[in-house]
Amino acid sequence: MNGFEDGWVLPLLLMLLKSVALIVILLTLIAYYLWADRKIWAAVQLRRGPNVVGPWGLFQSFADLLKFVLKEPVIPSGANKGVFLLAPLVTGTLALGAWAVIPVADGWALADINVGILYIFAISSLGVYGVIMGGWASNSKYPFLSALRSAAQMVSYEVSIGFVIVTVLLVAGSLNLSEIVRAQDTKLGMLGWYWLPLFPMFIIFFISALAETNRPPFDLVEAESELVAGFMVEYSSTPYLLFMLGEYVAIISMCALMTILFAGGWLSPIPFAPFTWVPGVVWFILKVTVFFFMIALVKAFVPRYRYDQLMRLGWKVFLPISLAMVVIVAGVLQFTGWGN
Amino acid sequence: MNAAAAFFYIFSTVMIGSAFMVISARNPVHSVLFLILAFVNAAGLFLLLGAEFLAMIIVIVYVGAVAVLFLFVVMMLDVDFAELKQGFLQYLPVGALIGVAVLIELVLVVGAWTMSPAAIGSVGSPAPSDVSNTLALGRVLYTKHVYFFQAAGLVLLTAMIGAIVLTLRHKPDVKRQDIAEQNARDKSDVELKKVPSRAGV
Repeated sequence: MNGFEDGWVLPLLLMLLKSVALIVILLTLIAYYLWADRKIWAAVQLRRGPNVVGPWGLFQSFADLLKFVLKEPVIPSGANKGVFLLAPLVTGTLALGAWAVIPVADGWALADINVGILYIFAISSLGVYGVIMGGWASNSKYPFLSALRSAAQMVSYEVSIGFVIVTVLLVAGSLNLSEIVRAQDTKLGMLGWYWLPLFPMFIIFFISALAETNRPPFDLVEAESELVAGFMVEYSSTPYLLFMLGEYVAIISMCALMTILFAGGWLSPIPFAPFTWVPGVVWFILKVTVFFFMIALVKAFVPRYRYDQLMRLGWKVFLPISLAMVVIVAGVLQFTGWGN
Repeated sequence: MNAAAAFFYIFSTVMIGSAFMVISARNPVHSVLFLILAFVNAAGLFLLLGAEFLAMIIVIVYVGAVAVLFLFVVMMLDVDFAELKQGFLQYLPVGALIGVAVLIELVLVVGAWTMSPAAIGSVGSPAPSDVSNTLALGRVLYTKHVYFFQAAGLVLLTAMIGAIVLTLRHKPDVKRQDIAEQNARDKSDVELKKVPSRAGV
């Protein structure tokens, strides 16, 4: 029982418990975000959407989960078996791993590390491996083409996301996600959050987040009219479920990142009494939901980009704008002294 | 054994194992994947040293960008690796010679390394504890070493321009999309229709 005397067994158990709680709540929320995504999409197209399982189709996501898990996983005979099965695991694990540093309320982060934003950036840049590995290991033409496209797309948009993050870091003066939120805690309330002073960057981040997570209109990775279902063509059953889950978790983490960087994280939008009594986690979830609603609407409204247009947007529009903004923001902070 | 030591042994064994697999794996794509595993474990070792910024930058730059390009190239190249590996053993003496020379040099360097007792303490804590790692790095990088930093940037810029010059070809017959021209097009060319909801055109 040496561990108890050293005092690391109890913190370890507590950490495990917290992680499990976070993952369970996150996945339950995501089941309903997925349902909401389909409902919103349907409403825009004047359809009903999922409405059979449970009242208003509320249990649809759980029925889908059961269906995927109970199906037979088919592994193509020409596939590279190890890598083929590793790819969805990589996608799912990395997507969930990003949530280790996200503060959902003041002090409510599993790991409140100094380089939190870099950690998230690193994890999301690793996300491309799930796609490349899946596309290559399937040993089939469409998945491979899709993997190549996605690698180019994700690497391109990471560059502009990186510069957008740099501008926020310059203003906040910290790489710690909790500190970034605290830096937005002013008397102005929601007008003091970074979406207003850094407005063009907020738009660039929103669009780049869509491209980074392969959401429509940038879902060239699985453009069904050209590539059947992209890198997921050969996947079925639980491996497919993991890909799908990883994708949605990544989208929600991008929403959470937007909340933290530009919308004041757990802070109340109106900084006085009755509103500040609401727990921070409620505001956080509300803000994430608003951003997810915007992303879901984009999926329903906007037609898919062509590949060369996507690359043009990333390299010739977003990169110069965000690079110029880094210089402008740094200059303004230096010469007005706001940074101190 | 405390947790840091346990993690050190985990990271270093996995790293050495995967580094060995990089050169011994039959499939080149597997080699690159093992290389990525080695990079990630190196990042873990940096974390243990307290160099958190360096650890994250390794993952972002090497794993997130450089290794993706490696993987790209290896997947796209149609090289017969069985043929490539045929005369593999004939390079063994030269390879072994270089390996042994490097090993001897390393042993000489590390063996002759003496350290004052006062310095040992400062190795473990590279920055003052009240200053975060990134801040400490930024302070020396952008003040003391700013010219070297700029020079490194210029070298990278040269390499980038070189790569573009080597690959950029101007094809005169290709039909390109001019988005500015499309946006500036006169509205009278197209007919706009207001479609009522639930009614159709």
